[in-house]
Amino acid sequence: MTAPIKDYLKRSTGFHAARWAEPVVCEMTGTGRRGIVFDDAPAPTLPGTAMRKVAPALPEITEHDALRHYLHLSQMTMGMMGVSLFGTCTMKYNPRIGERAALEHLRNLHPLQDASTLQGVLELYDNFSDFLCEVSGMDQFVFQAGGGADAAYTHACVTRAYHASRGELQQRDQIITTIQTHPCSPATANTAGFEVITLTLEENGYPSLEQLKSVVGPRTAALMVNNPDDMGIYNPDIKEWVRIVHEAGGLCFYDHANFNGVMSRLRARELGFDACMYMLHKTFGAPKGGGGPAVGAYGCAEHLVPFLPSPLVVKDGDSYRLDDDRPDSIGRVREFWGNAPQVLKAYAWARAMGAEGLREAADISVLSNNYMDKRLGEVRGVTRSNPDITVPRMEMTRHSVEKVTQDTGITIFEISIRMTDFGIDALWLSHEPWLVAEPFTPEAGELWSKEDIDYWIDVFEHVVTEAYENPEIVRTAPHNAPIHQLTTALDEPDQWATTWRAYQRKHVS
Amino acid sequence: MTKPHPWMANSGGDAKQQMLAAVGAQDVEALFVQVPADHRMQRPLDLPPQLASEVALSRHLDDLMAKNETCADNLSFLGAGAWPHYVPAICDEVVGRYEWQTSVFGAPTSDHGRNQAWFEFTSQIGALVEMDFVGLPVYSWGCAIGHSVRMASRITGRKRVLIPAIMDPERLSVLENYCAPTEMERHIEIVTVAIGADGCIDRDDLRAKADDSIAAIYFETPSYHGVIEGNPAELCQIARDAGAEAIVGVDPLSLGLLEAPGAYGATIAVGPTQPLGVHMYAGGGVGGFIASPDEEKYAREYNTLNVSISQTRQQGEFGFGLTLFHQSSYGMRDEGKDWTGNSVYLWSLANAAYMAAMGPEGFAEIGRLIMARAGSAAQAINALDGASVDLSRPIFKEFVVQFADHDVATINDALRQRGIFGGKDITGEAGITGAAALFCVTETHTPDDIDRLVTALKEVLA
Ligand SMILES: Cc1ncc(COP(=O)(O)O)c(C=O)c1O
Repeated sequence: MTAPIKDYLKRSTGFHAARWAEPVVCEMTGTGRRGIVFDDAPAPTLPGTAMRKVAPALPEITEHDALRHYLHLSQMTMGMMGVSLFGTCTMKYNPRIGERAALEHLRNLHPLQDASTLQGVLELYDNFSDFLCEVSGMDQFVFQAGGGADAAYTHACVTRAYHASRGELQQRDQIITTIQTHPCSPATANTAGFEVITLTLEENGYPSLEQLKSVVGPRTAALMVNNPDDMGIYNPDIKEWVRIVHEAGGLCFYDHANFNGVMSRLRARELGFDACMYMLHKTFGAPKGGGGPAVGAYGCAEHLVPFLPSPLVVKDGDSYRLDDDRPDSIGRVREFWGNAPQVLKAYAWARAMGAEGLREAADISVLSNNYMDKRLGEVRGVTRSNPDITVPRMEMTRHSVEKVTQDTGITIFEISIRMTDFGIDALWLSHEPWLVAEPFTPEAGELWSKEDIDYWIDVFEHVVTEAYENPEIVRTAPHNAPIHQLTTALDEPDQWATTWRAYQRKHVS
Repeated sequence: MTKPHPWMANSGGDAKQQMLAAVGAQDVEALFVQVPADHRMQRPLDLPPQLASEVALSRHLDDLMAKNETCADNLSFLGAGAWPHYVPAICDEVVGRYEWQTSVFGAPTSDHGRNQAWFEFTSQIGALVEMDFVGLPVYSWGCAIGHSVRMASRITGRKRVLIPAIMDPERLSVLENYCAPTEMERHIEIVTVAIGADGCIDRDDLRAKADDSIAAIYFETPSYHGVIEGNPAELCQIARDAGAEAIVGVDPLSLGLLEAPGAYGATIAVGPTQPLGVHMYAGGGVGGFIASPDEEKYAREYNTLNVSISQTRQQGEFGFGLTLFHQSSYGMRDEGKDWTGNSVYLWSLANAAYMAAMGPEGFAEIGRLIMARAGSAAQAINALDGASVDLSRPIFKEFVVQFADHDVATINDALRQRGIFGGKDITGEAGITGAAALFCVTETHTPDDIDRLVTALKEVLA
């Protein structure tokens, strides 16, 4: 191996993930052991055929076994224990203070408690709504949506209710989006029953006004877009877009999940949007949890407030209550009023940042991304999307190793896996469809130090050099992971097994 | 910024200067040229003062949260979608791990442990419901119902679903959103089936409505009112005879005692995951699962992410990777199955640890205990003047209390003064005449707790 290895990279070549050879928990049956016991109670008489005949095939292990097993599994999860610059997800520190406070203060609250006993958490909701209203220019935020996509879905439902209230729902059956808008906008619009129109990119890196105008009309129910997109390109016509859609009678929704780079500089309402969404598990420091629990904080201007999901936290004088008596409301997109622990964690993060912290975080994330652009641009075979657009990108940039792949046969997927050998969790490549070949999309955010970012790029460069000089080591990676590459054809019906039962039926007997 | 921020490495030292020099920019502002001047906010944000010191922040959170009264300081009988079950200490330790709290996608090799834990979640749910295909969890039970009804509609090509006339209004409202308003062409019509005096689905009404326009029949056992269905196989049979899917909602904690839906002919099983080792968190602990037979007809309609066990290059080693990803909204945008995204995957790790520690005996034991405690509470309340419970109904965990002379708000106010949160006020809901509350009693309630409730109720009703 002749690739240049920086000094501290050399130290990290010693990295090896924990490898516990942990059995699947379902294998640990038939031991007669117990992990939790309860007081005895007599067997009840159950009606008809309600009684279970065969006991569920669950493990029989001690409490210690269960704990040790799952801690072993946690140790075999890289997460942010190394460096993760996973794009479109804004990898932040997830402050432990929020975790502790949520566990301590919220775990024993029931959502149907009398409002007089929920004053703290309701005040939290009200305070944080106010905070996000200042940040976005909107008039009200709600936290019921269980993720960013669920907030997009909330918007699709609000759109239905808004047009229905004007007797126009039947007529307005189309939602317009762009190919560089996150898939959750078209997907939720479709689920809500709308026809989806997807605009394509043109040479500036975004669709032209002409393209937009050609599809806007009396059937337009809403526009759902994000801006900047995950290539780091900002659509400067966006105010005009909003004007055109409004003129045609449609609503405008800003998926502001790519907010990190523009915090304190852009307010969705000032651009004319009727509603917007922030991901608390992305921009506001709540943990991602490998996929939630999450919150898509949905905010809107006055004219859409009547349609917001219920219940709404309302301030009456000095106290708070939950208002569920709102005839125009879309009702629930999810039971109760949201992932309160995540709201608390995000609120804690936001308060610790304050206005100056938000500005600083935005500055650092855009600066770091441009620094990465600079350094990645010097790596052999790396190009970036829309090479003609030379202005600085926002908080992330789409790059490509197409040239490396042409030269060496090594794909971005293989490079990404090889990087995990150095403690860098797999990269975000790109949403489908890939508009750029062999893409990858790092996002530095504000957490990571310059040394972390340099380390990430050094590893990347090292692996690209390996691709040219020793491709086999890349192709056969990972070498330092808990397990080796998967080999089963998981998309084949006779091969996939999403449960141990299915596995035993298909692969053992 | 007056001080380097503890959560932003490059806010201290000269990192910013170094990076600016490297990119050749005068200042950070120069990097924002893409954003036109007239798009920009013209003043600084007006936000509450920064609390960068952890001690100050911690105090602020404590002060704010001290305004709550909790179900630990009080004795609570609230359930109805978020239930007071015991959360073993190991579950908190497991979900608190920073590794998987911070993980995001990753690769099957690098985030192997989390993927295996996901598979152990789906596998153990599969064992409880006796079904072979289980997706990763969705946001809630109501969302699981919504997605499964839409699955059924796509599978059958039909646009009508039968549901019980008495259903949790929270879940019902979620389902209504998933079925879209009538103005929309792809609207799915929700038709209710009568509930008999026994609290179970009225067979005659069901048969009359279960024709070949029906995509699915959805029912729950135990029901919203806690009633155990004596012959769920019959209901599933009616659905299948109509060429419809039989979707059953179950409480996973009942499944040590109650028959598995897969064993009586359900074709899709859904239910809540919060009872399996997740705190109530003011409703933020909810999650939902979807399960079915492992047939392509079903598997290819899941909107969820799905994780499969796999061989690896190393003989005898297991790995866990995604299957059927392409059909998701990540793969196909608006052509995908509904949508997916961040959900409640961290809770599925608590669920996995919970189910593993419980084992078959734990589930049987907790089921017996819940039935015994809930049954004794129901009996004791029914013995009070002014309160009644229909004791002929076999109930699990929850039951309806009718009050003769007082409204529930008054009763609950009086109970609260005695440190007790009474049952959910269901006065005016479908199937309820007069004043009624839904009480929830679980393994966390001791006989003393039940005595305390009964004594307090007696005073309040006097
Ligand atoms: C721009 C954007 N919008 C929406 C989403 C969807 O969010 P979630 O996965 O929480 O549903 C994402 C996900 O990262 C995103 O990047």
